[in-house]
Amino acid sequence: MAKRAVKAPADLTYEQAFQELEATVGQLEAGNLPLEEALALFERGQVLAARCTELLEVAELKLQQLTSAAGGGTRAVDLEEED
Amino acid sequence: MAQLTLFGLTSPVLSVSDLTRRVRELLDTDYRLQDVWVSGEASNVSRPASGHLYFTLKDAQASLRCVMWRPDAARLLTPPREGEAVEVHGRVSVYETAGQYQLYADTLRPAGEGLLFQQFLRLKAQLEAEGLFAPERKRPLPAWPARIGLVTSPSGAALRDVIHVLRRRFPLAEVTLAPTPVQGDEAPAGIVAALQALNRHVHPDVILLVRGGGSIEDLAAFNDEGVARAIAASKAPVVSGIGHETDFTIADFVADRRAPTPSAAAEIVTPDVIVLSEDVRLARARLAEALTERLRTHRWALDEGRLKLRLASPRAQVAGARQRLDDLGARAQAAIGAGVRLRRAAVGGLAQTLRAVGPAAVLERGYAVVRLKDGGQVVRSRLQAQPGTTLEVRVADGTFPARAE
Repeated sequence: MAKRAVKAPADLTYEQAFQELEATVGQLEAGNLPLEEALALFERGQVLAARCTELLEVAELKLQQLTSAAGGGTRAVDLEEED
Repeated sequence: MAQLTLFGLTSPVLSVSDLTRRVRELLDTDYRLQDVWVSGEASNVSRPASGHLYFTLKDAQASLRCVMWRPDAARLLTPPREGEAVEVHGRVSVYETAGQYQLYADTLRPAGEGLLFQQFLRLKAQLEAEGLFAPERKRPLPAWPARIGLVTSPSGAALRDVIHVLRRRFPLAEVTLAPTPVQGDEAPAGIVAALQALNRHVHPDVILLVRGGGSIEDLAAFNDEGVARAIAASKAPVVSGIGHETDFTIADFVADRRAPTPSAAAEIVTPDVIVLSEDVRLARARLAEALTERLRTHRWALDEGRLKLRLASPRAQVAGARQRLDDLGARAQAAIGAGVRLRRAAVGGLAQTLRAVGPAAVLERGYAVVRLKDGGQVVRSRLQAQPGTTLEVRVADGTFPARAE
């Protein structure tokens, strides 16, 4: 198993964190790993799961609206006032 | 002649009821009249307390009385207005009491709709022939729609519904609204531009094309050929959610996925945050279980190692050697014992043989051994026994002296 650059959990999107979590669980389940490596995987998995939960809890839908400007840029629209 | 006719001898006389029934049967068996669309101008529209709808359809030359029974009439969004051009579907029969034939109507629509419907069918057939609806053209929806494009009216209920569902189900998404009118003359071009702008500037993972319910004219933009082609050309898969469950537009056929309503479209494209939480919880549990399993494996390996170690220690080796020695001793003893027994048996056999061939047994049978008294030689010849020679005779139970004569 090639050592990847391990990203700080705070830099991970939910999708990245969850994918790595799944991969970590898979490795831990499949491999006959040295104890130390197994423990490291477990700890990494814990951190990833915590990151996922955190993201799910604080997630707020981002809403933008395409401006009709010729440049086609996007600008954020606050939808709260419309509800 | 006149007399004969008068007395009805040429044909039987029919009652009014009989005749009217014959006319009715004639109409009732004409299949063309039993399932027919008629266009005309509505007049004399009346809707009494019974709920039935009565009116007359007219054109320049003729008029047709129509009745629509209450259950059908109740389904009409608006009853026909005086002078309105309408198309009516139903069957023709006779109202016998009044002696009137009339149209028993079950459906009624404004006249333009029929034309729209024809156009709809023609365009649908054409695009279908081009393969725009082919199942193999349908793209799979992304499992993870991080960016969702939304094409709809900024003021419509559909937008509110979609945002509501997305916020509840998948608040991790980033939604970009490309606002456009969704009905009226500007709608088709607006929808096309919105689809193109999203694909060009936002690159969403999926696009929702939605609009609330309305009449067939209200949904006309979604039956527009340009809109259909823009959907087909979209890089991102398009999910349509247009009108009510029963409305099917060309856009629905071209879309990669059709949802019955705007809310349903939002649900189809997103995973549910509740399910996601459950997935995380499950992954956490599997993680713990896998570690426990690893630890168990390592403990087994440790136990096994310990056992091997014990077996390999000097003390264990000495004990082993001692045991091997004991084994050898036992085996040696067993082997020796067996040899002795064998020999003992052999000696016993020899003794018996000796006894059998020895002199004692012969003497017992009555023979005697004669020896010279002097010298002790056994007498084997008469020449040895000259008269006067002293002899010693041996029989089974002892010896006695004798003298040759």
